[in-house]
Amino acid sequence: MHPVLRLLACAALCTAAIGAACGGGASEESPAPKTAAPVTNPVDPATAGAITGTVTLQGTPPPNPTINMSSDPYCMKLGTATTPVFVVSNGGLENVFVYVKDGLGTMKFPVPATPVVLDQKGCSYGPRVFGIQVGQSLDIVNSDETLHNIHALPMANREFNRGQALQGMKYTTTFTAPEVMLPFKCDVHKWMNAWVGVLEHPFYAVSGKGGAFSLSGLPPGTYTIEAWHEKLGTQTQQVTIGAKESKPISFMFKV
Amino acid sequence: MLHLYAMMVAASTAILIFAGGLVTSTESGLSVPDWPNTYGYFMFFFPLEKMVGGIRYEHTHRLIASAVGFLILVLAVWLWRSESRGWVRRLGYIALAAVITQGILGGITVLWYLPDPISIAHASLAQIVLCLTMTIALVTSPGWKRAYATNGPAPHAGARDDRMLQRVAAVTTGLIYLQILVGATMRHTGAGLAIPDFPLMFGQLMPPHWDPKISIHFAHRVGAVIVSLAILATTGHVFYRHRTRRELRRPSMLLLALLATQVTLGALTVLSHKEFIINSLHVVTGASVLVTSLVLTLRAHRSRFTGASGSRVRSYTGSQQQDPYGVPAGDHA
Repeated sequence: MHPVLRLLACAALCTAAIGAACGGGASEESPAPKTAAPVTNPVDPATAGAITGTVTLQGTPPPNPTINMSSDPYCMKLGTATTPVFVVSNGGLENVFVYVKDGLGTMKFPVPATPVVLDQKGCSYGPRVFGIQVGQSLDIVNSDETLHNIHALPMANREFNRGQALQGMKYTTTFTAPEVMLPFKCDVHKWMNAWVGVLEHPFYAVSGKGGAFSLSGLPPGTYTIEAWHEKLGTQTQQVTIGAKESKPISFMFKV
Repeated sequence: MLHLYAMMVAASTAILIFAGGLVTSTESGLSVPDWPNTYGYFMFFFPLEKMVGGIRYEHTHRLIASAVGFLILVLAVWLWRSESRGWVRRLGYIALAAVITQGILGGITVLWYLPDPISIAHASLAQIVLCLTMTIALVTSPGWKRAYATNGPAPHAGARDDRMLQRVAAVTTGLIYLQILVGATMRHTGAGLAIPDFPLMFGQLMPPHWDPKISIHFAHRVGAVIVSLAILATTGHVFYRHRTRRELRRPSMLLLALLATQVTLGALTVLSHKEFIINSLHVVTGASVLVTSLVLTLRAHRSRFTGASGSRVRSYTGSQQQDPYGVPAGDHA
């Protein structure tokens, strides 16, 4: 073989070796959705209780970062915005995902027929933090007059990246495995992020005004409750509720 | 004319590498989720006003890549039609196959959500495409064809066939390519700031703790030292032994200048927390170091390409005539 061709062949082999190592792992399919066997809600309304409470923040959070939207004229004309990492109202911390992490045993729950909606509006996601059940439909819509891509980055579910070039476009998907939390991002607009908690049961909430949340309809029992915040991580605590009992709890994050 | 065109193709390939660097540096690789279309549009009809955010980098990279692919296609056809040396014609075919493979790798990496091995292979093959186009540009140049015979007094055959220079230059080129592979691995595994300071590492001469990302980053820094020493050895040999040979002295000087620039850009990439223009310039300067070293290596080996008397070139009509340039024995099509 000619010296030049030999030299280039060596370089090509190096590259080919790297390519061969890929194995196509990213194309793996997630497990097929479980067969939707008819199940009855195991919760007896006569004995169901609730866990209610608040999430508070101790300390002064850093100011939320200002978003530079200059890369898209449509977004820029919407005005200045900040990334709502820390949303504090009346001393409570909003956008904290609170859910039953453990304690439900083998109970199974019906999948709601109503889809959850994730809207891309004003060049941000709404809601930023939300929950959904395994098998429940998620409608992702584009309400903006610009294009977005919706890129899910799961660990236990199937990754997807869909483009929505036109206002009003909708993409519907479901998740096949529980996963807390599953992030979304828009690669066109780097500041757009959202998180969904995917669970096999309906006992989850996102803290709202004043950091308040409520997990209602719980059967009596002892549960591990976890609170998740996008920057501050997680906290857990054990709670026992009796029949028709409503037990208050609180989480305090520190900055 | 062919030489000028090949030079233009090589320059276009370098621009494409810079555009690819911008895509990675701005993390825009998945801002266009589909391929070969762009948001459902045939890529050449994608509206300009929709090129916002990360799409500007990714879609522009695709457009430049298409243009470079077309330029290489024309180059391959041109070589096929007019080039007498079979091995040069084959270089054209290989370049065409490489750029097509490169496009497919680019598509796969998007459709498979940027798996590291594919992204790294995409970055590494880009360097080979550049090397191929630059090699074609070199071997179609007038200087190469006359074996640089007009550069000063003709040295004796032994001086032209400096085995030491041939070896050290070839090793240097290989080391640079390996260093680029490590750099591509570092970029695509997100290890660019795994060691956040420079020139120290976490304030020390050696990292106080290790993980895969720190190891990759550390390997790239060690590689930079090794490559620098190899380049100094090669260029030092040229300046000591072959200072009258302009075809070796010039790329050596350029190589030293590019090395200094590249080391500076590498440091600035860390110190600026991967500012995307600096980061991308680091990528394309690395490619420039590689092809400059390749040119020096090939020129050092020039004597091995000469000597086939009675060579012939192929005319456009397919008839054969005398080859004034000389090609390796047995390398005629």
